[in-house]
Amino acid sequence: MYPSRFHYEAPRSLDDALDLKAAHGDDAKVLAGGQSLVPLLKLRFASPELLVDINNIPALDYHVVDADGTLRVGALCRHADLERSTLLGKHPTMAAAAPMIADPIVRNRGTLVGSWCHADPQGDWASVMLALGAVLVVDGPGGRRQIPASQVVTGPFQNSLRPDEIAIEARIPGASGTAAGSYLKLERRVGDFATVGVAVAVDSSGGTVSRAGIALTGVGPANIEATAAAQALVGKRLDAGTIEQAAALAAEAAQPKTDHRGSAEYKRHIVHTFVTRGLGGNGAVHAAA
Amino acid sequence: MEERRITVTVNGQDQTVDIEPRLLLAHLLREGLALTGTHIGCDTTNCGACTVLVDGRPVKSCTMLAVQADGHEVTTVEGLGTSSELNPIQEGFKEEHGLQCGFCTSGMMLSAAALLKENPNPSEEDVRWALSGNLCRCTGYQNIVKSVLWAAEKMRASV
Repeated sequence: MYPSRFHYEAPRSLDDALDLKAAHGDDAKVLAGGQSLVPLLKLRFASPELLVDINNIPALDYHVVDADGTLRVGALCRHADLERSTLLGKHPTMAAAAPMIADPIVRNRGTLVGSWCHADPQGDWASVMLALGAVLVVDGPGGRRQIPASQVVTGPFQNSLRPDEIAIEARIPGASGTAAGSYLKLERRVGDFATVGVAVAVDSSGGTVSRAGIALTGVGPANIEATAAAQALVGKRLDAGTIEQAAALAAEAAQPKTDHRGSAEYKRHIVHTFVTRGLGGNGAVHAAA
Repeated sequence: MEERRITVTVNGQDQTVDIEPRLLLAHLLREGLALTGTHIGCDTTNCGACTVLVDGRPVKSCTMLAVQADGHEVTTVEGLGTSSELNPIQEGFKEEHGLQCGFCTSGMMLSAAALLKENPNPSEEDVRWALSGNLCRCTGYQNIVKSVLWAAEKMRASV
């Protein structure tokens, strides 16, 4: 399959990329890892006039942890970079999610920021970003701004960036206290979309939960932030009772549909199971040292 | 028609070609450079038959534009060894019957080559994980895993 014809630019600096995006707006698409965009071009679901390839902008290729614990992931950081990272010791949900994205070959090219902006309703990272309360940093003629995770994805394959903006960084706050968390994903085979995915992130001090985030993949028209489930944990200790309460509320928040991956009832059951496991119900939690 | 001149190092040789930006790397290799060892299977980023190494990392060449390989190093199955002098991975696939129809084999071997470079002493689980983006519809994977472990042992013995 061939994409339809497009013009191609591979600027060497973010400023040049921003100029191109400002000049062409919606007629230009940004190409980072290309693991979603190139298939869309080939299927001709997308036929932009111009591709702005940002792969020659080394300044976007990083992930760092700041002194305050914030993890910043640049637009060219590949899933595989995160999978192999030694910097995620205090970001257990991130460390758990990175090896679950697509398959090893796709992870070598695909990026977190690109995947998030692509806004596939079945995407894994958007759930992780919701659970962690991350923000997306975008740049454009109006200057840099931060979009909270809850406002990044506006619908299937739609995000809240303006046509003249480029996403440059995902910013994941550090934990207050001890961080624990997981990303659990049920898939029929490696590389398939999630039948169900559940991201859980819990900060606690002295055994009491100070912040919690739970988000669901594959069980609704978009990633779902299970706010009530997470809120039920705050100020409490994680024990069988509170874990069960959160799992039940998350299962209630899910809006699964019966399809070839399983029945709605089955998917709801898996949400309950994964929240339980993610919160340490059977030892699957990845606690930070 | 807008064309770009790019230079790609393919199997150690610089190749300068004029291409349309929409040309996929898989098509440049197969049709532009007659390196037909790279197979196109699903053409939808699933199967991994078209896997090549770009700067040493496995990439699905049906999901990368050729123009993006400008200035980079690409290794295809033709760069692994020759028919008179097989790479240990190729030898392993022969010894352990790691292929039947052969369609997935070049992609499998390139993923294996990247794994063994990073981890010369992989466990069976490591091999299965590294090859999990490459589909085989013949073998059930058992002999492919054995082939890679065979190659790993041979490569360690020769160091």
